[in-house]
Amino acid sequence: MTDLTRMSAAELAKAIAGKEASAVEVATAHLDRIDAVDDRVHAFLHVDREGALAAAERVDRGEVTGPLAGVPIAVKDVIATKGVPTTAASKILEGWRPPYDATIVQRLRAAGMVMLGKTNMDEFAMGSSTEYSAYGPTNNPWDLGRIPGGSGGGSAASLAAYEAPLAIGTDTGGSIRQPGAVTGTVGAKPTYGGTSRYGLIAFSSSLDTPGPCARNVEDAALLHAVIAGHDPRDSTSIPQPVPDVVGAARRGASGDLSGVKLGLVKEFAGDGSEPGVLAAFHESLEALVKLGAEVVEVSCPHFQYALPAYYLIAPSECSSNLARFDGVRYGLRTGDDGSRSLEEVMSLTRDAGFGPEVKRRIILGTYALSSGYYDAYYGQAQKVRTLITRDFQSAFERVDVLVSPTTPFVAFPFGSRTSDPYQMYLADLFTIPTNLYGGPGISVPCGLSEGLPVGFQVMAPTMADDRMYRVAAALESAVGTLTPPTL
Amino acid sequence: MTTTVLPSYEDAVSRYEPVIGLETHVELGTATKMFCGCRTEFGAEPNTQVCPVCLGLPGALPVANRAGIEATIRIGLALNCDIAAWCRMARKNYFYPDMPKNFQTSQYDEPLCTDGYVDVEVDGKQYRIGIERVHLEEDTGKTLHVGGATGRIHGATESLVDYNRAGIPLVEIVTKPVPGLGALAPEVAKAYVAELRDIIRSLGVSDVRMEQGSLRCDVNTSLNKPGEEWGTRTETKNVNSLRSVERAVRSEIIRQSGLLDGGTRILQETRHFQETTGDTRPGRSKETATDYRYFPEPDLVPIAPEAAWVAELKANLPERPSVKRARLREEWGISEVDMQSVANAGAVELIEETIAAGASPAGARKWWMGELARRANEEGIDLAAVGATPAQVAALQKLVDDGKLNDKLARSVLEGVVAGEGDPAAVMAARGLEVVSDTGALQAAVDEAIAANPDIAAKIRDGKVAAAGALVGAVMKTTRGQADAKTVRELILSRLS
Repeated sequence: MTDLTRMSAAELAKAIAGKEASAVEVATAHLDRIDAVDDRVHAFLHVDREGALAAAERVDRGEVTGPLAGVPIAVKDVIATKGVPTTAASKILEGWRPPYDATIVQRLRAAGMVMLGKTNMDEFAMGSSTEYSAYGPTNNPWDLGRIPGGSGGGSAASLAAYEAPLAIGTDTGGSIRQPGAVTGTVGAKPTYGGTSRYGLIAFSSSLDTPGPCARNVEDAALLHAVIAGHDPRDSTSIPQPVPDVVGAARRGASGDLSGVKLGLVKEFAGDGSEPGVLAAFHESLEALVKLGAEVVEVSCPHFQYALPAYYLIAPSECSSNLARFDGVRYGLRTGDDGSRSLEEVMSLTRDAGFGPEVKRRIILGTYALSSGYYDAYYGQAQKVRTLITRDFQSAFERVDVLVSPTTPFVAFPFGSRTSDPYQMYLADLFTIPTNLYGGPGISVPCGLSEGLPVGFQVMAPTMADDRMYRVAAALESAVGTLTPPTL
Repeated sequence: MTTTVLPSYEDAVSRYEPVIGLETHVELGTATKMFCGCRTEFGAEPNTQVCPVCLGLPGALPVANRAGIEATIRIGLALNCDIAAWCRMARKNYFYPDMPKNFQTSQYDEPLCTDGYVDVEVDGKQYRIGIERVHLEEDTGKTLHVGGATGRIHGATESLVDYNRAGIPLVEIVTKPVPGLGALAPEVAKAYVAELRDIIRSLGVSDVRMEQGSLRCDVNTSLNKPGEEWGTRTETKNVNSLRSVERAVRSEIIRQSGLLDGGTRILQETRHFQETTGDTRPGRSKETATDYRYFPEPDLVPIAPEAAWVAELKANLPERPSVKRARLREEWGISEVDMQSVANAGAVELIEETIAAGASPAGARKWWMGELARRANEEGIDLAAVGATPAQVAALQKLVDDGKLNDKLARSVLEGVVAGEGDPAAVMAARGLEVVSDTGALQAAVDEAIAANPDIAAKIRDGKVAAAGALVGAVMKTTRGQADAKTVRELILSRLS
């Protein structure tokens, strides 16, 4: 029998539905793979073997059916899972077991999907390399000495290491797409409000978007369809039907893009990227033209201000969102020996519980929201956000989707960017505008540079997630998926 | 520390002009909390009305309760405010353990209602109190300090937090500064809070009980010399009754004028009203001004009430309590003082409904303000909860009017009604309390009384009619109060004439 861990999610679902493999067999194969390789990859912070097998048994008993019933999935540790440790890769939440499931987790369970465990990430999703996980970094299966991207490096690496066929990520500035790019996997950020944030531990509320991670576009679309859709528990959730992303992915896979206009973002197509990244990107663009697509160069003049605007808005919101971690109700409490005041205990707890990048952003955000500075920083950043949104809107009057490299550089060696936060922040240069606008974006593998994966980004208008899946699937049909070296 | 000689109140207001302002918090009576589905019952076991949202657990998100928004708009409309076509909630960031998220979801520069007014009357004169804003926010939990002597944080060994109250919708109503009140400032402040309470109660959106904290009031006071700029204001908290509103303003006026007389500057500070002494004490001093780092709440979509909805809410506002009281006072033919006590007793609607059920205004008022008010008072409950309905009171009064019950018997019947024995007619029948008006039966009792009291009978025969009272009393005694006294008297006089 073929190796179950090498199969796609769609293939696994079919095999399970057709009784060619049991869900328990599939789950066991992946759990065993995790046992075999995760000491080297460290994609997981927690493996829930018992829970996974119980969920698989329910599928095998015929209690749950659906397009992805019995398919294993890894979930980023920033998402609340009832009774299963959820730490956001922070010491401050070590050991916390939520008393409730996030809406998307409820949907995974209802769909009969089998949660293998919780994946590693940068603490509270703040970072681009997983080096800021309080529990140690995840290693890129393509080169264990390199970063797997971030913040969702664990989810992406679990796919590239064949530990899971699907994973859930969250994307605030690129945390699904950039790890997808540097691990040679597919990562999709849905329209903001298209997937529920209820149960997603907030980093930046106006930007955070959960979404699917997969090894191919169709699998990502299948997972997207399971988790997306209006949630009355999330005020910002959009009460509209989910675009037909699965149909769009299948249509794109047929390889016909005639009539589709691709907007090449001028500002992102130049020398801001490594030469190998640019080369792979432009070759892919030519491949899309061969499939019938038309390329139109568009200018988005305000995209250059996206990074600074993001680094005011996201830290501002995070400074408020992370205020609740004070040791009073749950998680870590430090220094409560009876001799200290409440304020001192809160302060010691936060000092011991938060890592350096989280502290940096809390301080930055606290400053940006301060009386007297609000207008100059937070207020100004919101204006830039409006201008970036207008750039997108006017571009989408001329083209169907926008395209760019996902990230300017391939996976970099550990420690090479931690000493200079700005160098780290550049990893999200091309992904951040989409978050500020609220539209969907996907990263799909488009080749190698120096033996390492390069990602191709497709950005679409809000609630037109189907368009990006069509283009991404077409590209995949032309350049193929990438296979990482054997671990 | 310098000792200050305090002037008398009259002296203070003769030399200084007070400017007051009031910030009132009203806890809305919605069935569920503002941003989650938890119940809001008062007095439940600690931390039993909580969920991931109102506990601020990681990942939980708020969703606005439409009933809370509607109630806020109705309060705004009743206070003659403009209603924002679009506004947002804001986060007020500060650390405190009774606040689960360490920020309060509130409103900042985009309140739901702005620029209104309330007219209040003191000593027959009208005063217009401007309303700056009415906004919506969430309440915090309650911290309980255990182990200390005072229940305060100092000396306590443990602090416990009850989050049942966290997330209950609160409406904050802020007045514009009110100058020009002179010596009447304390009374106008009290009249404003009373009027506000009545208006909100008439809307049915809160039970507005100051003693339970569902209406809480902060009073700002400053003094200036005539013709000079307004002085520095203090904010007095812990003002928990209408009487305290008046006392707090009065005591601040006296305290501040004492300081100003001595050349001391007034500190802009928060002070706490002391119920026992009637004065104010400084609160916890803040070394630096708190920076709440307000910003629009990104977890909630903006509030954009449709114009048609607001118009509908406005069209369906109840009659303003002060207007209604004036109308009813006219209809019932009672004095302003009597009307005030009816209002204070919470009896306006009950009496109104009793009259609608057929009773005369005097009859209706007599029962609600007499026997029933006394019972409610004794039991410390609301008049409406006393156990009799307006229809029952009207029926009772009709039995009296028809001569089937006298006053004493009616009180016994009412006792049965309140005890849940049924409607007045049923209680009367079951307890056998109907007035005996059968003259045949009464005649025997009258003859018996005359025979037993020959001296009195002789006096009546001699024309001393006033002595008949004693014989009436004797008859009432033998009939156990069920005779109609008037009939008895007539029978006695006709027998002895």
